Amino acid sequence: MRWINRSISRKQSMALGALPIVALLMLYLLLAAQRHAANPMDKILPLPSGMAQAMQALLFQPDPLSGNLLFWADTLASLQRLGLGLGIATAAALLVGLVLGILPPVRATLGPLVTSIAVIPPIALLPILFIALGLEDTAKIALIAIGIAPVMIRDIAGHVAALPREQLVKAQTLGASTWQIMLRVALPQTMPRLLEALRLALGPAWVFLISGEAIASDVGLGYRIFLVRRYLSMDVIIPYVLWIALLAIAMDVALVLGSRRLFPWAHGLEAKGDKA
Amino acid sequence: MSTLLSLRNVWVEFGDRVVLENMNLDIEAGSFVSVVGPSGAGKSSFLRVILGQDAPSRGQILLDGAPLSPECGPDRGVVFQRYSVFPHLAVLENTAFGLECAGSPLLGRLFGSARRKAYAQAEEMLAAVGLGDSLHLYPAQMSGGMQQRLAIAQALIKRPRILLLDEPFGALDPGIRADMHALITRLWSEYGLTIIMVTHDIREAFSLGTRVLALDKRRHDPHAPHRFGATAVYDLPLDKTKAENPSELAA
Repeated sequence: MRWINRSISRKQSMALGALPIVALLMLYLLLAAQRHAANPMDKILPLPSGMAQAMQALLFQPDPLSGNLLFWADTLASLQRLGLGLGIATAAALLVGLVLGILPPVRATLGPLVTSIAVIPPIALLPILFIALGLEDTAKIALIAIGIAPVMIRDIAGHVAALPREQLVKAQTLGASTWQIMLRVALPQTMPRLLEALRLALGPAWVFLISGEAIASDVGLGYRIFLVRRYLSMDVIIPYVLWIALLAIAMDVALVLGSRRLFPWAHGLEAKGDKA
Repeated sequence: MSTLLSLRNVWVEFGDRVVLENMNLDIEAGSFVSVVGPSGAGKSSFLRVILGQDAPSRGQILLDGAPLSPECGPDRGVVFQRYSVFPHLAVLENTAFGLECAGSPLLGRLFGSARRKAYAQAEEMLAAVGLGDSLHLYPAQMSGGMQQRLAIAQALIKRPRILLLDEPFGALDPGIRADMHALITRLWSEYGLTIIMVTHDIREAFSLGTRVLALDKRRHDPHAPHRFGATAVYDLPLDKTKAENPSELAA
């Protein structure tokens, strides 16, 4: 049988999906054990026990300087920045993308501006943001928002512009005004795409968050990773990276499930009617 | 019968490409006009200028004696071959859409008793097109024929002066197409509609219409085929009373 025709059952696909992950874990443990056999003080590939020990202090013991549980303080600070940045970008994408997509005069006016902003590498703007907004959270949130908003705006605008012309004509023959078409035809059909755009923006948003925190911060997941790097503390860096991956997966899954639940019509409904 | 829609020397040109040239036409209230013609003969352009999607480059279109605004409006309903229902709204909401837009300029939604009234009217309309049992389905859950029924109900609820059909049954199975022919004929006589239907199915054009327009180019310049536009080369009034069964006429 040709490979392109092979169908994989759910059970098989779970097993196959787990395979490379388990293999990678085994490889890591093997290498770590080898290094520790040669040098029990090895810091580059810590064993799980070493990571647990290092993380215990961050998880459960208050930091003598600030009195915070560092791991949770880092998580909270990072999620707050990420949430605000994503929220601002999403709101901007919805608002600007919608009018850009559906109103030709606005598209003609703002389209080139959005395109020009979108091609600037956001990290290049970071110094400007730090100078203009200071080293506090504002600059980091602004970096996330500026970093992902243009791409999201263009995606939403493209999606709205691609709505079948027939639908817009039909709405007009039903007496809908421009405003009513935006509100009742374009906006609801944009929402599933907005969640999809947000999902795709999560990766870059994390990049901008960690970059912002790495350069100037005093708390946050990215800050901690870059701080302990100076001491080669792989036993902290690796659990932090895994934690970030877990958070990112959770957000992704939440967005997928939320979209299915909120907008069932956008996710391939099963045909129920059989008569003409 | 009185003239509802008149085309006076209507030309449609895009740059130096002439699509329709010098069309003169009077369409009477209550008629069912089928428009046929080869591909590229301007059938769709003809429908689009009447719909208001395109403006004629010369000439005038009069509806009830008044010039037509070059923008789509609720006086002209339309059913396209595809994409004429809203995928994010259930059947009932799709049908009530026109009423809700008229009743609520700001939100496009009705509430309370106004909403109940609009939805009751929508249910009645859906029952008339045979979708009385499918009020809460989304378009994606329905067959092509059901979607077209919905598109018709959606348009008719606004009581348009003219209903424009752009190959409405072109994508349907033959059996379902026959059902839809019966439906549109019934609605046409029950609601006293004036219908203009573009189709590439000549049999359909003759069996449904009271008048058949054939669009084609009268002149053809092989060196510049785009310089001559199409017009109505045949305009056949059909006398339905002579045939007992309209389908015999087409056979």
